[in-house]
Amino acid sequence: MFGKLSLEAVPYHEPIIMGAIGFIILGGLAMAAALTYFRKWGYLWKEWLTSVDHKRLGVMYIIVAMVMLLRGFADAVMMRSQQAIANGANEGYLPPHHYDQIFTAHGVIMIFFMAMPFMIGLMNIVVPLQIGARDVAFPFLNSLSFWLFFAGVVLVNLSLGLGEFAKTGWLAYPPLSGIKYSPGVGVDYYIWALQISGIGTLLTGVNFFVTILKMRAPGMSLMKMPIFTWTILVTAVLIMAAFPILTATLGLLTLDRYLEMHFFTNDLGGNMMMYVNLIWAWGHPEVYILILPAFGIFSEVTATFCSKRLFGYTSMVYATAAIGFLSFIVWLHHFFTMGAGGNVNAFFGIATMVISIPTGVKIFNWLFTMYQGRVRFTTPILWTLGFLVTFSIGGMTGVLLAVPGADFVLHNSLFLIAHFHNVIIGGVVFGYLAGFTYWFPKAFGFTLNERLGKCAFWCWLVGFYFAFMPLYVLGFMGMTRRLNHYDNPEWQAYLIVAAIGAGIIALGIGFQLLQIVVSVMQRHKNRDVTGDPWGARTLEWSMSSPPPFYNFAHTPVVKERDAFWDMKENKDAYHTPQGYQKIHMPKNTAAGLTISAFSLVIGFALIWHIWWLAIVGTVGCLISVIVRMFNDDIDYYVPAEEVERIESEHLKNIANQA
Amino acid sequence: MSTEAVNNHDAHAHGHEHEHHDASDMKVFGFWVYLMTDCILFATIFATFAVLANSYAGGPTGAEIFELPFVLTETMILLVSSFTFGLASIAGHHGKKSSVLGWLFVTFLLGLSFIIMEIYEFHHLIAEGFGPHNSAFLSAFFTLVGTHGLHVTCGLIWLVVMMVQIKKNGLDTNNNTRMMNLSLFWHFLDIIWIFVFTVVYLLGVL
Repeated sequence: MFGKLSLEAVPYHEPIIMGAIGFIILGGLAMAAALTYFRKWGYLWKEWLTSVDHKRLGVMYIIVAMVMLLRGFADAVMMRSQQAIANGANEGYLPPHHYDQIFTAHGVIMIFFMAMPFMIGLMNIVVPLQIGARDVAFPFLNSLSFWLFFAGVVLVNLSLGLGEFAKTGWLAYPPLSGIKYSPGVGVDYYIWALQISGIGTLLTGVNFFVTILKMRAPGMSLMKMPIFTWTILVTAVLIMAAFPILTATLGLLTLDRYLEMHFFTNDLGGNMMMYVNLIWAWGHPEVYILILPAFGIFSEVTATFCSKRLFGYTSMVYATAAIGFLSFIVWLHHFFTMGAGGNVNAFFGIATMVISIPTGVKIFNWLFTMYQGRVRFTTPILWTLGFLVTFSIGGMTGVLLAVPGADFVLHNSLFLIAHFHNVIIGGVVFGYLAGFTYWFPKAFGFTLNERLGKCAFWCWLVGFYFAFMPLYVLGFMGMTRRLNHYDNPEWQAYLIVAAIGAGIIALGIGFQLLQIVVSVMQRHKNRDVTGDPWGARTLEWSMSSPPPFYNFAHTPVVKERDAFWDMKENKDAYHTPQGYQKIHMPKNTAAGLTISAFSLVIGFALIWHIWWLAIVGTVGCLISVIVRMFNDDIDYYVPAEEVERIESEHLKNIANQA
Repeated sequence: MSTEAVNNHDAHAHGHEHEHHDASDMKVFGFWVYLMTDCILFATIFATFAVLANSYAGGPTGAEIFELPFVLTETMILLVSSFTFGLASIAGHHGKKSSVLGWLFVTFLLGLSFIIMEIYEFHHLIAEGFGPHNSAFLSAFFTLVGTHGLHVTCGLIWLVVMMVQIKKNGLDTNNNTRMMNLSLFWHFLDIIWIFVFTVVYLLGVL
């Protein structure tokens, strides 16, 4: 009846896990109680959960990303503290089977359920506003993407209290992840969480590709697009080209596990090297999917806070495109040691090093933008400066690893761990946090507290160096990754320093959260009345903060690259238009949520081998898709009077301010 | 279209026509782009098949188990179904609702025959002891052909939905856009099948 599922699936005997579950349940109950007490369920449902508004979906993506950041970071703290003590006779407090789940969950959560939604959230909020569009090309699809992603989040978190998570590392290499060596439900949780949320990501890629190509304001040619939009365009292409590979690869692993096929098994002709190739053919573009938008954010932030045109716009665009292309021909550098042979390794080593050229172009573009500019040292620019230094170091260790000979020595050592955290924290995380601070007033109508933001930045920066520089050293000393225990007293001091670094980063995260709380309390003082708190350059700042739900009352006409800056220069901003017209808008719908809920049922049922429930889920999914296909009542018009009322109020506020 | 759109149609007739034209253009473009991602999905499975095509692991080779005349019949049926879908599209351009429905139904029957033949082939192979768990080659074969079959099955469901939608609302803007997308999907599956037929069956036997 319930497949493999029984009460024994709950890990009662693990106090740490039960504590975490208790915490999640209490938090959930408190949230539900608050919603009931303040009678906000209806509001939540109508205005948020069923919303197809790109800005609201963006906010929801980022909220989930931040919650998952806490969970992924809790995993990191556990690993650091375990390694700080588990030397020699001391076994630490995490047994291997638990430790293995923790490092797997840490990687999976940080990449798929923290970084990806954070990036997709930012691009949801910003891109339609930057190109002067009402919404994305397919608003319903956008809502469906979010909820599919959320179904993946639910599965990952369910694995905490029901069964186990994968013990395989974040890419689940077979044969370890095959049914023979991982007979439990851990890998199945991994597969279905990634599969369902991955489809959501793929649809987002298609959606934004079409949005950017088809919905730009008149006059905005490709070479007049803001750089952030450019990076998202390239990212969308990467998503569309890479995520189908992930879908197929996970699908093949699924067939190995469920139907005893032999794609990646040890016996009957299976070839696990195929899996490693395929997963990295997706996985390497994936890291560029994460970093390119961060590059876009740094470009916007640098230009804005130097009050200067971005230096080398054209080279920035070509560098972005070049990195996008190169990201597809370097995947093999993740496994030089597999034995593909000298010539193959040489090709991929050189291709990898070539990436540092367009990346270097970008770094110099940012530096030259700052050169002779009046840099305003706000929180976003601090993140940018921290990034420039940190990412350059990470880039150089990357070039070092790209030498196959060196890689043979450093492969799977902590040097590698230090390298990719160096670029992911120094690039991706710093970038997204810069973007978060930069666009927060646009999304919510008030700026974030600067002082706390700076505290968060310095803790992150210092904490990062404390946490990861010792790992480079440990890599040279021969310490491999994923150890839950070691017998080398020389390593321990470095690991203790790394643990202290994690503690400093924890302070940074604490300041970040405190910053949000304090800023919400001070929101009246820090209100962004004009909609342009930074003196910025692109179209998203030309409207009120937060923007009206229909975005632009009149589609803007773009003449120059920094369209809004150009309008301000020519006194063309903030004028009262001749009149208003009604606006065509999509209706909110629960269809995305319903379809995803049934996908969640399918995923859950397949993980636990509850076949009847899987059939119920599939039929439910199919029916809700067909019902949606028959729904023609999907749009409406906002009357011109309503538009006029909202717009006049904003213009009046600006006049009062002036 | 929504009631609002219909009610307001007179006042801004020209503007709306333009808006809807843009919207359906965008949907077709979006769907085409989605098909390209599907193409990459198939490319991944094709690549896997190519790598594992000789991993018989003591099991049968393609030449030993494939029956080319049978598969050729399947292929012909699918090709003809693409042709009949083309006839449905032409009828759609001329606004002939009943003709569209008729050709779509013929397409559905041909697609269904294709799927039934495929299921028969799979069943036959498994019954003979050549199931997908016997060797990496067979795993890759069943998966590649099965993935295509799954797509055709989705296409069949979509065809039914499409026929009901046209019966209900006639050939309005929405349904014309949907017809365009469905035809892209159907012809796309045909192209994929030509590759399957060539790479899996012809190269396997010859």
